[in-house]
Amino acid sequence: MHVVAILFRLAWRNLWRNRRRTGIMLAAIVVGTWAMIFMTALMRGMVNEMVRDGIEALPGHVQVHHPAFRDDPSIANLLPIGDGELEQRFEAAGLGRGATRVRVPAVVTSEYDSRGVTLLGIDPEAEAGMTFVDEDEVEGRFLDGVNDSGIVIGARLADTLETGLGKRVVVMTQDPDNEIADRGFRIVGLFSASVAAVEEAYVFIGKGTAQELLGIGDAVSEAFFVGPDYRHVEDLRARVAAALDERVVVEAWYEVDSYLATMLGVMDGFALVWIIVIFLALSFGLVNTLVMAVFERVREIGLMLALGMRPRNILGQVVIESLLLLVIGLATGTLLSWLTVLPLDDGIDISAVGEGMEMWGVASTLYPELAPGDVVLANVVVLVLGFLASLSPAWRAAHYEPVAAMRKI
Amino acid sequence: MPAVRCIDVCRTYYQGEQAIHALDHVTLDIADGDFVCLSAPSGGGKTTLLNTIGGLDRPDSGEVHIAGRRIDRLGKGELADLRLANIGFVFQAFNLIPVLTARENVEFVMQVQGVPGAERAQRAGEILAEVGLAGLEDRLPADMSGGQQQRVAVTRAIVSGPALVLADEPTANLDSHSADELMGLFVHLNEHHGTTFVIATHDQRVMAYARRLVRLLDGRVVEDVEQRAG
Repeated sequence: MHVVAILFRLAWRNLWRNRRRTGIMLAAIVVGTWAMIFMTALMRGMVNEMVRDGIEALPGHVQVHHPAFRDDPSIANLLPIGDGELEQRFEAAGLGRGATRVRVPAVVTSEYDSRGVTLLGIDPEAEAGMTFVDEDEVEGRFLDGVNDSGIVIGARLADTLETGLGKRVVVMTQDPDNEIADRGFRIVGLFSASVAAVEEAYVFIGKGTAQELLGIGDAVSEAFFVGPDYRHVEDLRARVAAALDERVVVEAWYEVDSYLATMLGVMDGFALVWIIVIFLALSFGLVNTLVMAVFERVREIGLMLALGMRPRNILGQVVIESLLLLVIGLATGTLLSWLTVLPLDDGIDISAVGEGMEMWGVASTLYPELAPGDVVLANVVVLVLGFLASLSPAWRAAHYEPVAAMRKI
Repeated sequence: MPAVRCIDVCRTYYQGEQAIHALDHVTLDIADGDFVCLSAPSGGGKTTLLNTIGGLDRPDSGEVHIAGRRIDRLGKGELADLRLANIGFVFQAFNLIPVLTARENVEFVMQVQGVPGAERAQRAGEILAEVGLAGLEDRLPADMSGGQQQRVAVTRAIVSGPALVLADEPTANLDSHSADELMGLFVHLNEHHGTTFVIATHDQRVMAYARRLVRLLDGRVVEDVEQRAG
């Protein structure tokens, strides 16, 4: 313990013998750490926003469908259990935030144009806060109940159809008997979504209205549930599955949309690669600093060996010196990155480049996300690799012959 | 049992293809509590002999014993432990660790030995006062004169009570007044603490303090005489 104390004292004081060199190295570590964490926060924020938007559009963390629905999401594959019975089962199982929907392909037509869309019959009260349509993002009004006779479409779709709020459109789809089911709706609301493509893909009507249009009684296409964290949905999925039977499939969001799940995995890999790349750049400076520091102190090292300090203690001294440098740099860099991310709580507007990124599902506002796991990863990787990088000069220092070292000029 | 025993010790260096016999069949006993000067012209082998006795250099052949223990076959770690526990060193120059104060330099060996902090501080304070460095304890080596630095080095060499102190040209960088003070300190420690001193020097004034003078030439002992210390 006494030896460790003197090693720390020597390492600390040696660190500040050449303040300029130490300062430059520290600055490099601080900037490198900041770049690692800040860039990871930007990427993490972008990917998480993509995943969240994607989950909201699915919607939900856990979904229930007819077994054939994924291959053919049409009126032919409605859930075999009626809405009323589903509600009873879910209530009995104590399942909280969830809703059911009618989801069928349809064509919406204005007086000028028509587009293929996904028609969603929803319960606006049950879905509040779970899907991507925010009341605040609706021009006009959102649906006020399952039997609302109006329709809410995306602002971009309205532009495409050259229609607008208060105008009428015709929705045309197929009923279970493969007969045309169509009806005119007045546009009561235009919604905006963070991903513009969503505005062109979905139109909303009341669930009861959709069931009446399609003549399907209380049948629905899907049920979905939202849990507290999209990264941990296994328990929720098990509870939903337990409440149902083998006539339906219960899937987590990452099974429904494997692209989103892949994005998350890619992000984790990207963070590690990015951190290692930055570290490799830093490591040249770190090793150079330590080699120079050792080279300048060869005689002292020889003296300490001559006085009876064991070689492993010399090795420890150089490693401690390196770790002190890294810890100071990492702490400062981490603090700096936190201070940089903090004021960006309202997001960064990237709409100038957003048009090109929308095809990837990236929103026009980027919210950097400082994930504790990324911060820990950056710090641990740099510390561990820094430790390994410092072993070479430390090993060299520990293996000087005392007499030869003391003769060095 | 002698403090130091060298039996037929040889050490050869090579400069290119030329062999330099730094120690050529040296046999020498140094008694416990003795005060010996190793004298030789430059390149005569005195520093090599001192380093070999101190376990800093390894002989090519022969045996070296310290306090009855053969040391020429010990590993690096064992030699480090031996030096730490038994031998105090005073070198010609670059004797102190520049980032440590006088007190910390004196405490260094004790700290590596594991002596508790309070005891270290007390012993360091007392011995620094004894060698006339009271008030300079917190100075860094760069803020002290050559003589003061050498006294700190001597203090560090003896503070942990080694049986043997090896000094290599300890007065080489000192003025005559500082050199006399330093040698007076060596004599005092030898007489009052029974510490064995082996000093490598070619300074006649230093030799005058020794009770025994060993002369080396081309790595061989050419003279070994007892003398009245002056």
